Amino acid sequence: MITADAPILLEIRDLHASVEGQPILKGVNLTIRAGEVHALMGRNGSGKSTLSKVLAGHPGYTVTAGSVLYQGQDLLALEPELRARRGVFLGFQYPIEIPGVSNLEFLRVATNGRRRERGLEELEPFDFDDHVRDRLNVVQMDPAFLERSVNEGFSGGEKKRNEILQMALLEPEVAILDETDSGLDIDALRIVAAGVNQLASPDRATLLITHYQRLLDVITPDHVHVMASGRILRSGGKELALELERLGYDWVDNACAPAEVA
Amino acid sequence: MASSAGTRSWLEDLAGAPLPSRRHEDWRFTNLEALTTLDPQLIVGVDPLQWVVLPAGVERLSAAAAEPWLGRALAATDCADHWPVCLQGSGRADAAVPLLALKVSGAAAALEIPLEAGSHVGLARFRLLLVLEAGASLELLLRPSSGAANGLSLVSEVILEADAHLKLNNLAIGAPGSALLQHTAVVQAPGSRFEHTAVCAGWSLARQEPRIMQPQGAACTRLRGLQLCRDQQLVDTHSWVRFDGPEGQLDQLHKAVADDQGRSVFNGAVRVPRAAQRTHAAQLSRSLLLSDRARIDTKPELEIVADDVRCAHGATVSRLQADELFYLQSRGIAAADAAQLLQRAFCEEVLRELPGSATAALRSLLVGKGSS
Repeated sequence: MITADAPILLEIRDLHASVEGQPILKGVNLTIRAGEVHALMGRNGSGKSTLSKVLAGHPGYTVTAGSVLYQGQDLLALEPELRARRGVFLGFQYPIEIPGVSNLEFLRVATNGRRRERGLEELEPFDFDDHVRDRLNVVQMDPAFLERSVNEGFSGGEKKRNEILQMALLEPEVAILDETDSGLDIDALRIVAAGVNQLASPDRATLLITHYQRLLDVITPDHVHVMASGRILRSGGKELALELERLGYDWVDNACAPAEVA
Repeated sequence: MASSAGTRSWLEDLAGAPLPSRRHEDWRFTNLEALTTLDPQLIVGVDPLQWVVLPAGVERLSAAAAEPWLGRALAATDCADHWPVCLQGSGRADAAVPLLALKVSGAAAALEIPLEAGSHVGLARFRLLLVLEAGASLELLLRPSSGAANGLSLVSEVILEADAHLKLNNLAIGAPGSALLQHTAVVQAPGSRFEHTAVCAGWSLARQEPRIMQPQGAACTRLRGLQLCRDQQLVDTHSWVRFDGPEGQLDQLHKAVADDQGRSVFNGAVRVPRAAQRTHAAQLSRSLLLSDRARIDTKPELEIVADDVRCAHGATVSRLQADELFYLQSRGIAAADAAQLLQRAFCEEVLRELPGSATAALRSLLVGKGSS
């Protein structure tokens, strides 16, 4: 949903970042307003996942230039946990398995950290139980998964549902979903997409990182960006994704090569 | 605090043998300072073991009835002359050491035995004898503890007759300055099952030696161990398992967390002589190193002569996983809390073997302090 005067939630300016001294992001510019759904597309290695990890504060990435403002504040100055509590959520491409940590306890601790930050009352285990069971419906997840260790032994689809469940509990202002569609069959994709759509609101924004059009068939983006060599080379409406699907990424390479040299 | 020399000679008199030194291979990592600075006196008084309430199926043996059994497991596991055992009187029914001798028949209800040095000054000694008759079963929780800078010496002898099943949980929680010396000698007849979970935390010095003998093989031994070594604590586990007959089984998992200047020692001996064909033994040691000044020495020691066996062993020492930490942080959990959560998760694999009542105290210990 595009509203011209909607407040800017996230403003990325000329962002450069490297991993182990290797530059990956080379000047990313992106502005996301409340209510918008953005899709970020591009080949493997174009820097999409790096951008998501930099925004979430992964310690393995070093920002070498540029800035990111989140609701007008310097996002990069915050520890990863504070970014999360203030409403920036990263849905992982490969959610981590943590044997021995109960999924239910993990979800409760995370939810209460975010609630504290928003000035809401923390939920006691009993109340949280009701709350989480309600949210399970968003992703049609079996309550049995609450009793297991975080992501341990979950299938690819179950892990992604668990990510969206976390998103449903944390109610982020900006949700960055890194290839949430990868490894999902079509039914799981629909469930996950329905969850994302259900959680959308005029106060929040979503950044979908994906290779494929098929996710965008079920979640309609307001803006589509194409990334290559650590920069956003093209931006447009949802038709850009269709064009990309039709012409393939070679088209991006060809179309953008002169700009790259210039 | 007593002078080291005075306590040393007092301990050596008591044991009738010189203290082990770091020149002994089995003691080379083990600093005995917490022991040699004890007040040189025995903690005596009312024998707390006489008040233990026994469930149906568990019968107390008199000293005379216990006498023929005493020393058997120590001899079978080749440790009657180990210094911590000598400290108790070399396998004799020494009246000076409080003895609890129990005989179990049938399926007995769970039993818990506190073994406390409390806040007394000096050295407390306890001795246990446990005989499980053929087919008997028992779940026993031992709780060695100390609340001050004192010493606790424990020797347990366990005899499992055919098809007997013992689940022996040992939760040892000490205090700053305290020292624990604990031997657990077990003899298993064919068809018997011995499940042992040992959790140790809080002692300045703790040395635990579970020693298991399967004289005819064909029995099951399952060992779970967890050491928590913080501050300047040292926890040393020397386990020893021997099969003298075929088709014995061992499943062993040893875990350690070392933080601050804590020190963990694990030596896991497994003996599989020629007679022990078709033995199936697996030993895994996993340690978590949380500080640059902590130290972990872990050593599997498998001696395998039989050729038709399946014996596996492995040892890992790692830090907290960076990707796990980041995942938790990315959900709003502070770095220190995330580290706590991961540490508890590491320990959980062993802690879940203990009854819930036993672990409440331990979980709060785990939560009490951030990692570096």
